[in-house]
Amino acid sequence: MNALYSLLFVFLLVLIPLFGVDAAHMRTFFGVCIPTTAFIIFIIGFVYKVVTWGRSAVPFRIPTTGGQFQSFDPELFKQNKLDCPQTGAQTFFRMVLEVFAFRSLFRNTQVSLHQGKDHPVVAYKSSKWLWLFAITFHYSFFIIALRHLRLFLEPIPFLPVGAIEFVDGILQIGAPVMYLSDAGLVAGVLLLLGRRLVLPRINYISYVSDYFPLLLILSVALSGIYMRYYAKVDIIAIKELTMGLVTFHYVVPESISASFFVHVFLVSTLMAYFPFSKLMHMPGVFLSPTRNLPNDSRAKHHVNPWNDPNIKAHAYADYEKEFGVPMAEAGLPLDNPENGVPKDEAEA
Amino acid sequence: MSDIPKADELFKSIDYNPPLTGWMETPVDFSPGHWCYPAKPEKIAYMDKKLPGLWGEPRQWVPSDVDWKLPANWKETVVNGFRERLKKFRSLQLFMDICVRCGACADKCHYFIGSGDPKNMPVLRAELMRSVYRGEFTVAGKILSKFTGSRVMEEDVLKEWFIYFYQCTQCRRCSLFCPYGIDTAEMTMMARELMHLVGLNTNWIMEPVSNCNITGNHLGIQPHAFKDIVDFMVDDIEEVTGRRVKAPLNEKGHEILFITPSGDVFADPGIYTFMGYLLLFDYLDLDYTLSTYASEGGNFGSFTNNESMKKLNAKMYAEAERLGCKWILGGECGHMWRVIHQYMDTMNGDTQWSGMTTPKSPITGTVFNTAAATKMLHITEFTADLIKHNKLKLDPSRNDHLRVTFHDSCNPARGMGLLEEPRYVLKHVCNNFFEMPPATIREQTFCCAGGSGLNTDEIMEIRLRGGLPRGNALRYVQEQHGVNLMACICAIDRATLIPLADYWAPGVTISGTHELVANALVLEEGEVRTMDMRQEPLPGFEDEDDDWTPPTKEDA
Ligand code: SF4
Ligand code: SF4
Repeated sequence: MNALYSLLFVFLLVLIPLFGVDAAHMRTFFGVCIPTTAFIIFIIGFVYKVVTWGRSAVPFRIPTTGGQFQSFDPELFKQNKLDCPQTGAQTFFRMVLEVFAFRSLFRNTQVSLHQGKDHPVVAYKSSKWLWLFAITFHYSFFIIALRHLRLFLEPIPFLPVGAIEFVDGILQIGAPVMYLSDAGLVAGVLLLLGRRLVLPRINYISYVSDYFPLLLILSVALSGIYMRYYAKVDIIAIKELTMGLVTFHYVVPESISASFFVHVFLVSTLMAYFPFSKLMHMPGVFLSPTRNLPNDSRAKHHVNPWNDPNIKAHAYADYEKEFGVPMAEAGLPLDNPENGVPKDEAEA
Repeated sequence: MSDIPKADELFKSIDYNPPLTGWMETPVDFSPGHWCYPAKPEKIAYMDKKLPGLWGEPRQWVPSDVDWKLPANWKETVVNGFRERLKKFRSLQLFMDICVRCGACADKCHYFIGSGDPKNMPVLRAELMRSVYRGEFTVAGKILSKFTGSRVMEEDVLKEWFIYFYQCTQCRRCSLFCPYGIDTAEMTMMARELMHLVGLNTNWIMEPVSNCNITGNHLGIQPHAFKDIVDFMVDDIEEVTGRRVKAPLNEKGHEILFITPSGDVFADPGIYTFMGYLLLFDYLDLDYTLSTYASEGGNFGSFTNNESMKKLNAKMYAEAERLGCKWILGGECGHMWRVIHQYMDTMNGDTQWSGMTTPKSPITGTVFNTAAATKMLHITEFTADLIKHNKLKLDPSRNDHLRVTFHDSCNPARGMGLLEEPRYVLKHVCNNFFEMPPATIREQTFCCAGGSGLNTDEIMEIRLRGGLPRGNALRYVQEQHGVNLMACICAIDRATLIPLADYWAPGVTISGTHELVANALVLEEGEVRTMDMRQEPLPGFEDEDDDWTPPTKEDA
């Protein structure tokens, strides 16, 4: 049901520009106004969210440790520097692997129950599918985004844009050359989507807001592929438009076909939707306090900005007042010997 | 415990397929057995005097009743408290925003593995809170509630929180596997803080908290009784070893203050571990003291709110100052060590007195820079260092009747990284050591299902279900290697693993590591021991009495 809703939404999103651009004056609207507005929403929303996170305090160092910590005897007990970092550099590498290799996800296991010979067996096996799907998806997306830089830069720098295009098109399939990343993105989305639809537990936890971004990205990819391989849009004219966007000299050449506007509209939707959605995991992963902090709070002093110094331990003096008599009887030392004298005797 | 199904039946009842109704529509089971008893009003009243405003109105209420007697403004209190904590904890704010519901954490929780209840999947447990976050605090959630899985705070929601956030042991296993490190334990802690604000709590947590504040330890053992118990253990040690050990209590002017969880003082088998500490310290002629006032390392405050955690923890530094101790040595305890490692210095470090120094072993001279800020050392670090420097004469063959495995407690494993030291100690004091399967130990260790204040008998079935992963791994080494003892470094484990083992791997006993150290410790040249710390005969020394069989009914 949630998946269907999402699909319906995305269809509507495709229809809007399809009908919209037919009215001539709407070309500027879809070519300039919408993408510019979406970009502004994206930037402001993105920054706002990250600033909100940044303003929220990190009172304690709570890294989830995944291996041996730095011991008093580093030779005898070898530290796992990546999963249990204690210095800034080690933590940095932990984050690099987290961000670029999805290391935690790589660890994923799957549990299953079996009836053993005479008693139950709980088994765990490594499960790297999600990691594979996710990494295919994200890298393809990333590369495609980088490739698009050629539309906004003049001259086009070889690094990284040219180089990426070269590697991406290395299989030299068809004309125009097919990019691996295009295939990767579509495959990645479909696999992630399939997973959500097929696995009962994942299906159970999926909302519209989980299907929608996947389908939206799929539609972006498909419209892009359509433009490039089938409609063969006028790329020179498009570059004119995009360069106009970044230099604020807006032009919307007549030769650009409708499929481009569909693509741009979907991308705009994605940009505007981004800051309000779970897609914010992209910047969020850098800020996660269980991953980006060194595990050093027993060795180094840190400050909790809202630590309340007025909270104090139950005073020993009160404790002794309360238990002084039995303490004295038991022969425990007292700070104040008077506490050891039973009340009635003291009064007498 | 009679209505708890047999292990096989319980196992067969686990179904990983979610129900047909959506999770928001699936009703929660409030029948007895699904919740821990609420706190006695006087416990709340006491804590409210000490830390005002954090506990709601003290009152008598029962979770199976429809009316939970919530205060009139409960909703405001919870929502405002939520908003406040979003600013105070980046972890909370971030974890509310960035979960992608990928489900990588779903089958990592021992409670899910043993129950199949989808709300025990960490992702859904956290959604109980996230849905409210979206519904109350985000624009998208407010307009598109149905599509974003949002809802507003309602009584049913709060009641659902009560069940499921007291069905999370804050073990953080889910966090290890999440691509963003989302830590459901952290959210559980926040949800509990919020529930405390309106008086939803459990007695098994609140009674220890208030006891700890009054008497110094969870169990409410008063100082003279504490001394009696220690004296009793000194007698027992003499019985086993022939040596009368010193057990200094509340004495000023010693170098080291030793603090362990009170479970080690009070209950089987913790007391054998405590005897192990005493014997070891006496053997070393260590300049130390115990304290009745700071007679608790465990910190049940951390299961309620930050304020109580700080308050209970502060006692350690206060007592070190009063007694003039230079550093603190800490016993075997799980969550106590998470608090010490991740929180102690940050919240109480500035109350350290000037005489405290970085721990330095008086026996080996090793300086423990890893504890330079807290000035508190873990006993297995201390002992491992002794062993490495050959300062202990050990006869591991005294533990030859034991085939030992080691249970990593969640907190030292995933909140600290203390993995090798206890293994090193164990391997030197016993000859037969076997690891459980890799997916169930070290950082991937499974909880005893009784942490974070859940080790109470009224939820025994839930505990046994949660204990399935650990119990099954134990059963595995029991069959493969004849393991008959599981050592651990946590007092809650020592209590909760016993019923767990009896249920899932009958025949395995539980101990702390220093109990085995004490067994192996050779006090003097040529010393012969005939029994272990439990006063059970060592192999070859069984006396005839042991062959005594009870007279049959007919004879009687
Ligand atoms: S693994 Fe992390 S991101 Fe994935 S569902 Fe669980 S908490 Fe959310
Ligand atoms: S912290 Fe542990 S008990 Fe809580 S949800 Fe995560 S895995 Fe389950």
